[in-house]
Amino acid sequence: MKQMESHANPTLLADCVFTLTLEQIAWTCTAEPAWICQLVDEAILNPSGTTLADWRFSAEDLARARRAWRLHHELDANLEVLGLMLDMQDEIERLRARLRCV
Amino acid sequence: MEYKDYYKILGVARDASQDEIKRAYRKLARKYHPDVSKEANAEVRFKEINEANEVLKDAEKRAAYDQLGSRWQAGEQFRPPPDWDAGFEFSGAPHQGGQAQDFSDFFAELFGRRTRHAGGAQRRAAGQDHHAKIMLDLEDAYRGGTHRVSLRVPEIDASGHLAYRERSLDVQIPKGVRAGQQVRLAGQGAPGMGGAGDLYLEVQFRPHPLYRVDGTDIYLKLPVTPWEAALGATVKAPTPAGAIEVKIPANSQSGRKLRVKGRGLPGNPPGDLYLTLDVVLPEAVTPRARELYQTMAQELAFDPRHSLGV
Repeated sequence: MKQMESHANPTLLADCVFTLTLEQIAWTCTAEPAWICQLVDEAILNPSGTTLADWRFSAEDLARARRAWRLHHELDANLEVLGLMLDMQDEIERLRARLRCV
Repeated sequence: MEYKDYYKILGVARDASQDEIKRAYRKLARKYHPDVSKEANAEVRFKEINEANEVLKDAEKRAAYDQLGSRWQAGEQFRPPPDWDAGFEFSGAPHQGGQAQDFSDFFAELFGRRTRHAGGAQRRAAGQDHHAKIMLDLEDAYRGGTHRVSLRVPEIDASGHLAYRERSLDVQIPKGVRAGQQVRLAGQGAPGMGGAGDLYLEVQFRPHPLYRVDGTDIYLKLPVTPWEAALGATVKAPTPAGAIEVKIPANSQSGRKLRVKGRGLPGNPPGDLYLTLDVVLPEAVTPRARELYQTMAQELAFDPRHSLGV
């Protein structure tokens, strides 16, 4: 491994519970806010709040939005089937975990 | 730095058409996409495939790459000729779509020179957010604790050249994190005029030899003796937070599921622990053990195949 910044590395506290606005989640996914709105329309993301301005996205929404972004850009997945793909991935993951263990 | 044969990676001929390249990429991307693939080396292969596609799908980059000639072998030690990219101007940022892709040093050396800024990534002066994964043991979710995270950060140096830098951080992960969860480190992303971006870490658990995790619940196969299962008993069971005592109801069979409320992953509310009973028979290796089995055979009227009609 290359030289690390090991000198006086302070411990950083990770923030587990946070919410993001529409602008923030779009920014961190490097997506347009309009694209995020489409994910909400497709019920792929489920923000709290009623108007665009007070939508708040959870950490779970962020994880899903990033997976959706990857499938959309790397496999050219249609928005209409993205939700189904994500749900099926979750199910496959659960089944694989069961195969590994009990 | 090792030479990378992008044509070989995509499995196409050097004179392949753009359509052929696109089809080859799609096929491999579906096979190795880390969110989909069950191949062991999917992530590594997918990066390679993406990098090859990044170059070959782009007429400018492909022409420049072709100029290096075909005499190089994959893996061969490589140094670009001093004037290799003269006359080429790469208009796209090396990280298309703004997603900081982890391309090889070979790619960074050849295409890391940004001549113009990409619109998307520069649309505001705040630093970009970074995303990475962190692998934890299940026990860490119960205890919380500090973890060292190593990141490979793409950076543009003073001469406008893309290079990767190793960066390590000590991160305190709170109790109760779940698989797939995002945790945020404010201000630890890329620096920017309007403030640094944030760093998001996606938590994953290493497979555990004993426990299976599903959301906030955890599952464990608990071996019990035939008499514990038949007569009922209080036995010890491990949990990631330490051993507990569990009451096995009388007349339990193998496969019976017991729920221990609140002993899953910590949280509000905490998950549950599910124990699946596994009745294990003692081997009939001593005369005394054989005798006991024979007594059961004679004195218990028991036919487990009754319902099969034989």
